[in-house]
Amino acid sequence: MSKPVFLSSHSFGDLTNESTASCHNEELRNLSLSGHVGFDSLPDQLVNKSTSQGFCFNILCVGETGIGKSTLMDTLFNTKFESDPATHNEPGVRLKARSYELQESNVRLKLTIVDTVGFGDQINKDDSYKPIVEYIDAQFEAYLQEELKIKRSLFNYHDTRIHACLYFIAPTGHSLKSLDLVTMKKLDSKVNIIPIIAKADTIAKNELHKFKSKIMSELVSNGVQIYQFPTDEETVAEINATMSVHLPFAVVGSTEEVKIGNKMAKARQYPWGVVQVENESHCDFVKLREMLIRVNMEDLREQTHARHYELYRRCKLEEMGFKDTDPDSKPFSLQETYEAKRNEFLGELQKKEEEMRQMFVMRVKEKEAELKEAEKELHEKFDLLKRTHQEEKKKVEDKKKELEDEVNNFQKKKAATQLLQSQAQQSGAQQTKKDKDKKNASFT
Amino acid sequence: MDTLKESPSPCSSRHNSPRPAPCEMPATVGIEAVLDQLKIKAMKMGFEFNIMVVGQSGLGKSTMVNTLFKSKVWKSALPGPGVPTPQTLQLHSVSHVIEEKGLKLKLTVTDTPGFGDQINNDKCWEPILGYINEQYEQYLQEEILITRQRHIPDTRVHCCVYFVPPTGHCLRPLDIEFLQRLCQTVNVVPVIARADSLTIEEREAFRSRIQKDLKSHCIDVYPQKRFDEDPNDKILNSKIRERIPFAVVGADQEHVVNGRCVLGRKTNWGIIEVENMAHCEFPLLRDLLIRSHLQDLKDITHNIHYENYRVVRLNESHQLPRGPGWVNLAPVSLASTSAGQGWTYHS
Repeated sequence: MSKPVFLSSHSFGDLTNESTASCHNEELRNLSLSGHVGFDSLPDQLVNKSTSQGFCFNILCVGETGIGKSTLMDTLFNTKFESDPATHNEPGVRLKARSYELQESNVRLKLTIVDTVGFGDQINKDDSYKPIVEYIDAQFEAYLQEELKIKRSLFNYHDTRIHACLYFIAPTGHSLKSLDLVTMKKLDSKVNIIPIIAKADTIAKNELHKFKSKIMSELVSNGVQIYQFPTDEETVAEINATMSVHLPFAVVGSTEEVKIGNKMAKARQYPWGVVQVENESHCDFVKLREMLIRVNMEDLREQTHARHYELYRRCKLEEMGFKDTDPDSKPFSLQETYEAKRNEFLGELQKKEEEMRQMFVMRVKEKEAELKEAEKELHEKFDLLKRTHQEEKKKVEDKKKELEDEVNNFQKKKAATQLLQSQAQQSGAQQTKKDKDKKNASFT
Repeated sequence: MDTLKESPSPCSSRHNSPRPAPCEMPATVGIEAVLDQLKIKAMKMGFEFNIMVVGQSGLGKSTMVNTLFKSKVWKSALPGPGVPTPQTLQLHSVSHVIEEKGLKLKLTVTDTPGFGDQINNDKCWEPILGYINEQYEQYLQEEILITRQRHIPDTRVHCCVYFVPPTGHCLRPLDIEFLQRLCQTVNVVPVIARADSLTIEEREAFRSRIQKDLKSHCIDVYPQKRFDEDPNDKILNSKIRERIPFAVVGADQEHVVNGRCVLGRKTNWGIIEVENMAHCEFPLLRDLLIRSHLQDLKDITHNIHYENYRVVRLNESHQLPRGPGWVNLAPVSLASTSAGQGWTYHS
């Protein structure tokens, strides 16, 4: 069955010229209505649905500590988001996300503001951009995981992907810092970057103009793709075009109110004057608010989803080895690829298991052999010892015998000697007696 | 999560243009401008709506479609006498772009000539289910591509209008079989066709019998009770559910009644005005389908029916072959699919 030809999705004007050929005999032609059908209420139906669900908007603020990120957020959204000012001793860059629920008339907005804490404070800033990129990727990953789940609920998924990245440029008046260039270059394919000059009240007007053009030319020459305000829709093309000229917006943030004329207005009071936040000749705050919220919020969300997220998804899936067509140009199904990969993986697992088993068996054998060797050695030793012991014993016996013999001899000799001695004594005694008798006899 | 509710500030009157009002601006942030942005985006992209009409031949399906959209959607509404009823059920789709007040709607109407016309109508719903599932399949295939389009063309059937012949008794077995199977896959709106053959009392009796039948067979027609979200929706939808099925009459010819030009059917005993609530309930059907619930129909198709199909499909893809005839007969028991079954990433 042949697939119907896909119609261009960007403008319905193309539909009138296309004729689709398929088994269903589809003809696409403009039909004229003879009365009021009533589907012009569709946008309202759509909007009603969206208002009941609420909107998500996530802003990432990248800039050095103390450059005025929190103050600007407070000023933009007309409220005081609680946060403690960060210290300058952070060992690395970390991202802090906070979510708030704002409501204006009947629109509910789930706003998430992500702050880069410690950006620009380290001595070695080589890796400063990494936590930011990781955070952005992690949000894409979470969405991708949800989208790939079998049982998923995308329509009430809390979207945490970053829709806009406000990059705060320090008001040096010269040019972009290399840290800024590097970071923006890493981020431009992942998020909509809107560069702004922070604390713009420290730059004089003429310097500001030069500073802006220097920044823009540097961005262009380094190939950094910042967010382009859309100019294809007539209602917003004009305003977007005029505002784009003022990029990067030089903003001043303030939550304090100062009495100007007979009204209170957000401003910063200096001894030499008052900088009004919402005065367009003082700073570009109003332009930023217009662009970010009132005109292009939906486009920012759509660009994030349709461009940056799709790019991430495509890269991630390709990395995992999924393809749309195999070498024969037949379309693969994700599911088939998944099955194939799964089987491959299981096969690998099995192989590994076999290997491990083999190794284990081998080891056991080796150990057994070793033990046997040792046993043999021990036996030999034991035999040796036994023999030695026997020999020693024999020697000792021999010696003992010798000794006994000697003792016997000695005893014999002793006995003989004693006998002789006693005989000698007796004969001696007799002799003496005889002698004595003789003597006695002689006396008579 | 810190929650801060901003007090609603005095609305500056901003209708369609998001340009700021001159200097004396109340202190608003401007979040509500996002509604206008949404509208602009929607108008630019245009809308799509796919409707399917099912019923035996001669019940006035084509006429009804023409009446609904006030145009000749079908080139020839009445089949000529020489055109035989098709031997098998064929599905026939026609697409048009209609425009009203700058808003473009791509309308696709799918007709089912031959439904229920054979002697043996066993399994006549299968081609229809197959077609519906095939549209889901196409969308799914587009959605899981690596490089996918920004706007996936939506050919899924958003609403199926089922024409019940005006017997006056109760639902026939064919109707019940069909409704049971289809209500799980697509939004079904049953209507009593050719209601001009029933008197008001007969109509009410027929309707209540049909409602009883639907309830006893657990057929959940649109607007489904289980998808009602907030109390406002519940009240509105309950009112609609009381009147389902609508008794409709279709007509695409105009007649003059009391000096006004109305769409109607001319008979010897009078002119049946299609848009007159006292005569028939066509305005209710039109309002439901187009003026109030069109977006809701699309949302339920996308968020619920399509997701159900996707779950079953992804779970069973290694068992069942893909193909246009794949039919989902068993109710999807979502409890059997393990919740949160994610993909394992292994590099």
